[in-house]
Amino acid sequence: MRKTWEKAARAALAAAALAATGVGAQQKSAIEEIERYRAALGDGNPAELWEARGDAIWKEKRGPKNASLEQCDLGLGPGIVRGAYTVLPKYFADTNKVEDLESRLVSCMVMLQGFTPEQAKKDPYGGPGKKVAMDALVAFVTSESRGLPMKVAGTHPKEVEAYDLGRQIFFHRGGPYDFSCATCHGVNNQRIRLQDLPNLLNPRDAKKAYTSWPAYRVSQGEVRSFQWRLLDCFRQQRFPELEFTSPASIALTMFLAKNSNGGTFDAPAIKR
Amino acid sequence: MADPMKIRAAMSGDKVEVKILMSHEMETGQRKDAKGAAIPAHFIQTVSATHNGKVVLAAEWGPAVSKNPFLSFKFTGGKPGEKVSVTWVDNKGDKRTDEATIS
Amino acid sequence: MNSRRRQVLQGTGGMAVMGLAVAAGLFKPGSAWAQGAAWNKAAFDTRNMNDTVKALGGAGATESKDIVINSPDIAENGAVVPFTISSKLPKTQQIALLVEKNPNMLVANFSIPDGTEAGVTTRAKMGQTSNVVALVKADGKFYYTTKEVKVTLGGCGG
Ligand code: HEC
Repeated sequence: MRKTWEKAARAALAAAALAATGVGAQQKSAIEEIERYRAALGDGNPAELWEARGDAIWKEKRGPKNASLEQCDLGLGPGIVRGAYTVLPKYFADTNKVEDLESRLVSCMVMLQGFTPEQAKKDPYGGPGKKVAMDALVAFVTSESRGLPMKVAGTHPKEVEAYDLGRQIFFHRGGPYDFSCATCHGVNNQRIRLQDLPNLLNPRDAKKAYTSWPAYRVSQGEVRSFQWRLLDCFRQQRFPELEFTSPASIALTMFLAKNSNGGTFDAPAIKR
Repeated sequence: MADPMKIRAAMSGDKVEVKILMSHEMETGQRKDAKGAAIPAHFIQTVSATHNGKVVLAAEWGPAVSKNPFLSFKFTGGKPGEKVSVTWVDNKGDKRTDEATIS
Repeated sequence: MNSRRRQVLQGTGGMAVMGLAVAAGLFKPGSAWAQGAAWNKAAFDTRNMNDTVKALGGAGATESKDIVINSPDIAENGAVVPFTISSKLPKTQQIALLVEKNPNMLVANFSIPDGTEAGVTTRAKMGQTSNVVALVKADGKFYYTTKEVKVTLGGCGG
């Protein structure tokens, strides 16, 4: 049974890939026009509205302790935001855990502002008419790393452990289609219609993919984080829901972030 | 309350180039929510930009302007350090005014 | 004044009166509606270009090569389609963007005071592939140009 699904899936992907291989002049110019479309949106990215809101929330006194997040240590020392996203995920001694940006923000909300972990994690993603603090904070912090090279250390034993776990998850097959991340993202030049499927095992694609999130999703009118991207791919894979700030999501982020080392961080970006 | 606009005003040759991002749902009134109920129209109807008390651009918008609208234009007569002020008003009467300094 | 306009007048009171007053050219652009006071409901209800021109106070529009619509030929997502519209017509007073196949054609109408370049950049929603129209009022007359923009909603995933 499993094998049949796999074959069907492979065939579907192969067909999708083939459609792209047979690019005629017409499709090529279509792709060029789409590039033009994306470039036109780059000037005036609504993600800047999230960045500005996040900057304000970062400085705002909130929570039972009526404190701001300004003294939060994001990996480069308390209060340093510039460049912090390029070293995450990272091991933090105060929590004795490897944390990515989102889980670190949760820790800071708990330690500095006195929120319970449940309160801090309650609203990870915004939606129509619903603005949440997390999206805005992530947009603000990541924007402060724009233009800087990724340099995730991954040397602490717990970081090594997270990386290895992340790799295992990447290759783990399951669900009704017996997919793994690698099924869709482990081959060069694969495409579903006009959507490029980056080969996340190839350094060039891995850098480009990781450094272009978070992104303002035109289709949703929202800024979506890398966490959200992973959540959505879990859904595409028909895996159980990826829990926000769970060890699995941090490990997968560690694997993909470290593989993007050397790439220049260029987000929040804008995507269809 | 509506979030602040993000306004940039910068000299571009002898002109001032103004770029504005507004935080707004721009709801058309033609969509339905998850329960099938119509989502009421909610969109910016008028926008005006002023410099030294003079209107440099005015606009009327319908619901087909994209969510979180972006607008850019150029005018003459501005100098670095002077202010550009932008106001929008939506169909529910909400409004917002923000300023930027020309750089 | 046609009957449709009269209906609007009776139906929505003050706002429409202001809108019609502007449309009828009673106020100079840049004065009354620049204050955010009025919104030309009649114009935003129109479903074809001639009606839009009428609602904006004109009789008809002539095609012109002096108007340029700069946009990608293909939009990856119809929710956000970027447009820059510029006019080389002397005394350009207004620039409007229309999408033919949208439920209501008029997207936006900009008033260009003296000293402001006759060019605006904005973004529109497009329900499907359609002709777009840039309508310009210059020296009291209306001119237009059109361009087709394809919309691909394409791809899977959210
Ligand atoms: C069924 C195929 C499929 C599977 C399996 C899948 N993805 Fe994806 N993934 C996609 C598609 C399609 C996109 C592009 C979506 C878009 O552009 O809207 C994407 C996009 C991405 C991106 C963003 C790339 C970029 O440049 O923006 C990342 C990162 C990613 N996936 C990671 C993963 C991970 C990690 C897994 C395993 C948990 C996974 N994906 C499983 C189909 C898949």
